[in-house]
Amino acid sequence: MTENRANTRNATWREQLRKSITNKQRTAISRVHMHELDANYRNHNNEEVNMGLTLEEALTEAKRCLDCPTPTCMSGCPVSIDIPSFVKNIERNEILEAASVLKQTSALPAVCGRVCPQEKQCEASCIYTQKLGKEAVAIGYLERFAADFERESGQASIPACAPTNDIKIAVVGSGPAGLSFAGDMAKRGYQVTVFEALHEIGGVLKYGIPEFRLPNDVIDVEIENIKKMGVEIITNCIVGKTITYEELKEEGFKGLFVASGAGLPRFMNISGENLIGVMSSNEYLTRINLMGASRDGDTPVLSGKNVAIIGGGNTAMDAVRTAKRLGANRAMIVYRRSEHEMPARIEEIKHAKEEGIEFLTLHNPIEYLGDERGHVTTMRLQKMELGEPDESGRRSPVEIPGAIETIDVDTVIVSIGVSPNPLVPSSIQGLSVTKWGTLVVNDDLQTTIPAIYAGGDIVRGGATVILAMGDGRKAAAAMDEYLHSGSC
Amino acid sequence: MNKILKKAFFSSNVVYFEVEAPLIARSRKAGHFVLVKVGTHGERIPLTIAASDPVKGSISLVVQRVGVSSTKLCALNEGEYITDLVGPLGKATHIEQFGTVVCAGGGVGVAPLLPIVEAMKKAGNRVITILAARSKDLVILEEQMRANSDEVIVMTDDGTYGKKGIVTAGIEEVLLREHVDMCVTVGPAVMMKYVALLTKKYNVPTMASLNTIMVDGTGMCGACRVTVGGKTKFVCIDGPEFDAHQVDFYEMQMRLGSYKEIERVAMEHYLEKTGSN
Ligand SMILES: Cc1cc2nc3c(=O)[nH]c(=O)nc-3n(C[C@H](O)[C@H](O)[C@H](O)COP(=O)(O)OP(=O)(O)OC[C@H]3O[C@@H](n4cnc5c(N)ncnc54)[C@H](O)[C@@H]3O)c2cc1C
Ligand SMILES: Cc1cc2nc3c(=O)[nH]c(=O)nc-3n(C[C@H](O)[C@H](O)[C@H](O)COP(=O)(O)OP(=O)(O)OC[C@H]3O[C@@H](n4cnc5c(N)ncnc54)[C@H](O)[C@@H]3O)c2cc1C
Ligand code: SF4
Ligand code: SF4
Ligand code: FES
Repeated sequence: MTENRANTRNATWREQLRKSITNKQRTAISRVHMHELDANYRNHNNEEVNMGLTLEEALTEAKRCLDCPTPTCMSGCPVSIDIPSFVKNIERNEILEAASVLKQTSALPAVCGRVCPQEKQCEASCIYTQKLGKEAVAIGYLERFAADFERESGQASIPACAPTNDIKIAVVGSGPAGLSFAGDMAKRGYQVTVFEALHEIGGVLKYGIPEFRLPNDVIDVEIENIKKMGVEIITNCIVGKTITYEELKEEGFKGLFVASGAGLPRFMNISGENLIGVMSSNEYLTRINLMGASRDGDTPVLSGKNVAIIGGGNTAMDAVRTAKRLGANRAMIVYRRSEHEMPARIEEIKHAKEEGIEFLTLHNPIEYLGDERGHVTTMRLQKMELGEPDESGRRSPVEIPGAIETIDVDTVIVSIGVSPNPLVPSSIQGLSVTKWGTLVVNDDLQTTIPAIYAGGDIVRGGATVILAMGDGRKAAAAMDEYLHSGSC
Repeated sequence: MNKILKKAFFSSNVVYFEVEAPLIARSRKAGHFVLVKVGTHGERIPLTIAASDPVKGSISLVVQRVGVSSTKLCALNEGEYITDLVGPLGKATHIEQFGTVVCAGGGVGVAPLLPIVEAMKKAGNRVITILAARSKDLVILEEQMRANSDEVIVMTDDGTYGKKGIVTAGIEEVLLREHVDMCVTVGPAVMMKYVALLTKKYNVPTMASLNTIMVDGTGMCGACRVTVGGKTKFVCIDGPEFDAHQVDFYEMQMRLGSYKEIERVAMEHYLEKTGSN
């Protein structure tokens, strides 16, 4: 067993596994295909689209990994998960061990396995993509498989926590950054309380990302585990409003981790944007995912027959696919660049197309028009073409003079990005913010107030789940050191 | 979960609640509001904090029954719990010693006006409160307003109580009679629009507390947006009070009607199901 536990590359079992078949045989295996619900079935309901791999498929896919001496895949993962180690544990059918390797680095593997932009991260750096010109090892699918297997086995281990050190720590926000920080601090023996403004726990994972991509059960299990580790979570409590930082200090909290996200929607400030039927993707998705609009909730939502989503990110894809599911005849993505520049995950774009979503790329809205009751009826689109690359390295869209199109719409969802939530920064004196409204932190994620750390979207602007999670873990390590260094 | 400590009827459609909420009771100021949700699948609705008792750890809400969510809330009894309650939200009212302040409220706006009237009085202002309603039985909070105002003028559309006429007639009466330094108005969008037009004519600075549709109340969704001075503002974080002379009330009124049809149908279903009315 001790030998089993050693997951290093030169562990006997791994050496044997490497020799069990040749690399040539490994590379000859073709990449597994994810089972998906049929597009015409799934675009009417909220069931998870990706159905996961079978054990057999996972065992075969794991064989493809070459257990490279220098695993380049790891450098593509923002938190450097020990990818070959977990994949080889799958290959030898030690799935729970694979899950435990994942958990050494990631607090939310079942979530990241589903929503990471793998094709731009770990899988983009896999030797298959880099050198062999073949499809990468399906690292994301395998990660999801191992995490789901562990969860469904009922044998998920609650990480051992150090004896309590009686030091109270407060966390603002229960998104991936806040939850991973809380879990790590609890492991170190701290008494952690998470304050969440909404009535639900999970941040964007709950109110933003729809269940057809990330079922709530998956998140709830993680939340339960964190609670079992002794973390207290208080909902309906806004730090800076319901309770101030000063009051938290008076109550004996020695450190604060700000993980309040980037919840402020941006609009384009064009004519007609305040017409009825025009709304932010945050409003649309919150009404549906958090409030249960169009399902069992009392909250209403406007979702019509001709729905246009402005934007090309993950949020836009989630909104447009939701609109289709709520019965839109035409559900359209309107994006000012070309598909190549779209920031959304490739899988979401593929799924959207299969579900009958229309893509109006190289189009930009310039005006919305409404009827006498103020309901939006049409939008005017400026056609674009691609010019020179801009500072983001993507080719920038340039207007084609006079090329204007008019389209009928009854719902428009503006999904052009979010800004950091100013609530916490503005309520604590001495916290420095950048001109984008993000919190200023040093390499240790410490803010300009030594006892306050911050991470996730409030520091990065709209980023990713894995980066938020990684920040939570990094900040926990740094705050632990700070609190023990005696400098406070 | 917040326990209802006390419930009373101000009129058949207006209910007073005292609710346990120690943290909010401690930190709230006049003009702040809370979001309340009844039941797991309930809607989040904004309600002004009418008063608070920091010692007892409670806040008071005055709720007018208009649709499904307010009706569900009004159906709760003493000892029962409000599923979710969060706050205090919004910016506090700008209170200072202005001199003479006219506070004009009508319909849904009378309850949110009460804490402002109280705070204005406390700050040493001469407060003239104008209460408008369609008819006598819809006049609410008169007693509480009288306790905190130097003068109360009641206006009813049908003349069944007080003076006959709409709220602007009451305000104009005061403006013609004496110098007014500040006007505060809370009520339906149309009402505030006419108040703003009137006070603009008399050059009296006016604050309007806007009651737009909200979802989260923390600046996350933009459902509550209004145009003020040509710029889009979020009522939940930039407001709820704004310079009434800058607010696009036409747009606000239009946006308040966003869900009118859906709400009407929902209310019919609800009444059928509960067998009330
Ligand atoms: C629709 C949508 C789809 C996305 N899809 C993907 C994807 O596929 N892959 C991916 O990697 N990323 C995706 N993202 C981005 C990702 O979800 C975010 O980067 C991530 O959730 C950020 O985590 P966080 O913990 O920093 O903040 P959040 O998840 O935003 O959580 C912040 C929490 O803090 C709470 N809060 C805020 N202020 C306060 C306060 N004052 N007091 C108490 N609580 C407060 C908020 O209510 C919220 O619950 C998506 C985002 C959206 C909106
Ligand atoms: C900052 C703020 C403070 C508020 N304070 C109070 C308060 O202290 N007491 C109180 O009773 N109400 C208050 N309101 C209004 C209250 O939130 C709404 O009446 C409530 O949301 C109605 O929900 P419902 O589901 O019962 O009715 P709905 O089904 O949503 O609406 C029923 C009918 O009422 C109309 N209506 C809905 N909301 C409003 C509104 N905001 N203004 C005018 N007409 C409306 C609708 O058009 C519809 O015809 C406040 C609103 C805001 C934004
Ligand atoms: S966390 Fe994301 S980037 Fe890292 S290995 Fe897993 S799927 Fe790849
Ligand atoms: S680079 Fe690819 S093949 Fe090599 S260890 Fe990583 S996943 Fe396996
Ligand atoms: S209610 Fe959502 S931003 Fe104001």
